[in-house]
Amino acid sequence: MEILVGILNYFVFFSITAGIYAVVTLGLNVQWGYTGLFNIGVAGFYAVGAYTSALISGPPPGSLDWRVFGGWMLPFPVGLLGSALVSALLALFIGWITIRLREDYLAIATIGIAEVLRLIIKNEAWLTNGVWGIKNIPSPLLGPIQGAVRSFIASHPGMPPWLERLLAGAYDWFYLLLVLGFLALLYFTLERALRSPWGRVLRAIREDEVAAAAQGKNVASFKLQAFVIGAALMGMAGSLYAHYARFLSVEKFEPFYGTFIVWVMLVTGGAGNNKGAILGAFLIWGLWALTDFLSGYLPLTDVQTGALRIILVGFLLIVIILFKPRGILGEERFVSRLLR
Amino acid sequence: MGPWERLPQLFAYGLVSGSVITLGAIGLSLTHSILRFANFAHGDLMTAGAYIALGFLLVFQRIPALRGHFGRLSFGPAMIPAFLLALLGTGILAIAIDRLVYRRLRRARPVMLLMLSVGVAFVLRNLILFSAGADPYYYSHRIQRAIHILGVRLKVDQVFIIALGFVLVVLLHLFLTRTRIGKAMRAMADNPELAQVTGIDTERVIAWTWGIGAALAAAGGILSGIENKLITPQLGWQALLPLFAAVVLGGIGSPYGAMAGGMLIGITQELSTAFISTAYKPAVAFGILVLMLILRPQGLFGRR
Repeated sequence: MEILVGILNYFVFFSITAGIYAVVTLGLNVQWGYTGLFNIGVAGFYAVGAYTSALISGPPPGSLDWRVFGGWMLPFPVGLLGSALVSALLALFIGWITIRLREDYLAIATIGIAEVLRLIIKNEAWLTNGVWGIKNIPSPLLGPIQGAVRSFIASHPGMPPWLERLLAGAYDWFYLLLVLGFLALLYFTLERALRSPWGRVLRAIREDEVAAAAQGKNVASFKLQAFVIGAALMGMAGSLYAHYARFLSVEKFEPFYGTFIVWVMLVTGGAGNNKGAILGAFLIWGLWALTDFLSGYLPLTDVQTGALRIILVGFLLIVIILFKPRGILGEERFVSRLLR
Repeated sequence: MGPWERLPQLFAYGLVSGSVITLGAIGLSLTHSILRFANFAHGDLMTAGAYIALGFLLVFQRIPALRGHFGRLSFGPAMIPAFLLALLGTGILAIAIDRLVYRRLRRARPVMLLMLSVGVAFVLRNLILFSAGADPYYYSHRIQRAIHILGVRLKVDQVFIIALGFVLVVLLHLFLTRTRIGKAMRAMADNPELAQVTGIDTERVIAWTWGIGAALAAAGGILSGIENKLITPQLGWQALLPLFAAVVLGGIGSPYGAMAGGMLIGITQELSTAFISTAYKPAVAFGILVLMLILRPQGLFGRR
């Protein structure tokens, strides 16, 4: 029973992270899957969201901190919206510069902004506390839920230890519901948007920009909208991450964890398909967790197993693009109910 | 010394790092002009070159006749075969990757190749990390005293880097203008369909492009290793942003533009350190890139 509870608790922890990744992947799906915008700086928008939320809803700087700004302790929803807004503004800026240019330029500009943001996070300690990171970011309703669980355990003496352990993980269950609820809301909204005239214009632009323009659509404006909305979703995912991890530091926003694995998730699940984006996030995060578990049995150093796992994911991306470019689910051919 | 007095010295450093960036940027621009995609794995080809040279250097240093140093340089005779074999090896590596990966998508949209290159970049970097480890390596521990030239202080290594960078650029120019294959490359960059109907073997041109571009990248990687006295698996990745900035500055797909762009980016990056933290060197490159995209996206010398 104890082991079962341990597995269950791990499963909850795993699903929260995978769920947050699914939000990022849905954001990338709006950009790449719907519209064909190549954003290789996902980590930047994700990081901006996480740090914005930490500044808005996080604790004020402590006596040992280097940072002197932010920490207003505003409620979590304010932080969530704030991170969407700041991330969207950043995307507006990058998009405004590059959206009319060829797709390589957007790729180069996005990888650049992600790298510059990483440097800023590392070096501007007055804002981000630098390499020391931001600590003690509050999780929404953590106090009340833990208090209720504690008083429940106290008022029921003689509880079996496995049940006590299960209840102790109650907050993670709550956070999982929060993430999955957000994910579900997002999924239905995006499905509606994809099937709306707006979403169909995005697909048309992806397939043939000139034809879409000839139909009188303002191509640049639609692309910019998709780019900004996708970035806002990435920012919100960053906020969800910050309030779950409660600690932010620059390593979590390295190109592999912040950008590359998200691309592999989307391409594996099926670009252009929202179900595929979510499936890909859970599958690839599962693969990542599985290889972590298996790497303990290999006679290699930690650096080597880490490298090996990334090589595996990289190969997976290459193989999928070459041999199964539509991913597992693939895109639906017709999204309009009038065309069935 | 105030920031303004330091500028001549920083300008000299800029010529050194500009030479390294130029070598990387030319290859990036060459592959873009022929294959029409931004190769995000190009920086990692630089890293591969630096490590292949390191491997051969360790072998050749066992030969007594090849030990020692050239004058005041930090390396000796063993570096010559190691350097040449690394250029060759990296060229072959790039051609092999093309045959295994990119060739399968010759007719696909260029952005799919771009995505593939991101995958290749992560695989390549981590293969190097897997086999060589995360700890930094050095070609040599030799400490050099700076010499005075024209009022600035440079190490002999740095003078060598500028000179070799210049020689390689001239060689590339001769290759592009005097040889059949070089002319075919330029023709294909101008108009691939027209090149094909005039009987140019496009696959052969593509192979040469990868080979030359990767060899130059390897040279850049090795020179960066000599200059910074530091070889890590992140070497090329960290250079990627300045490389792209140089390529965009010179006009994507124009190797001559990449030369000018590389020097300009190198010099600007070093000059900026008089005023802002050296940690922001890549951000300076990015700033130039953004300005360029706003003001003149076709680059200084590019056509629309």
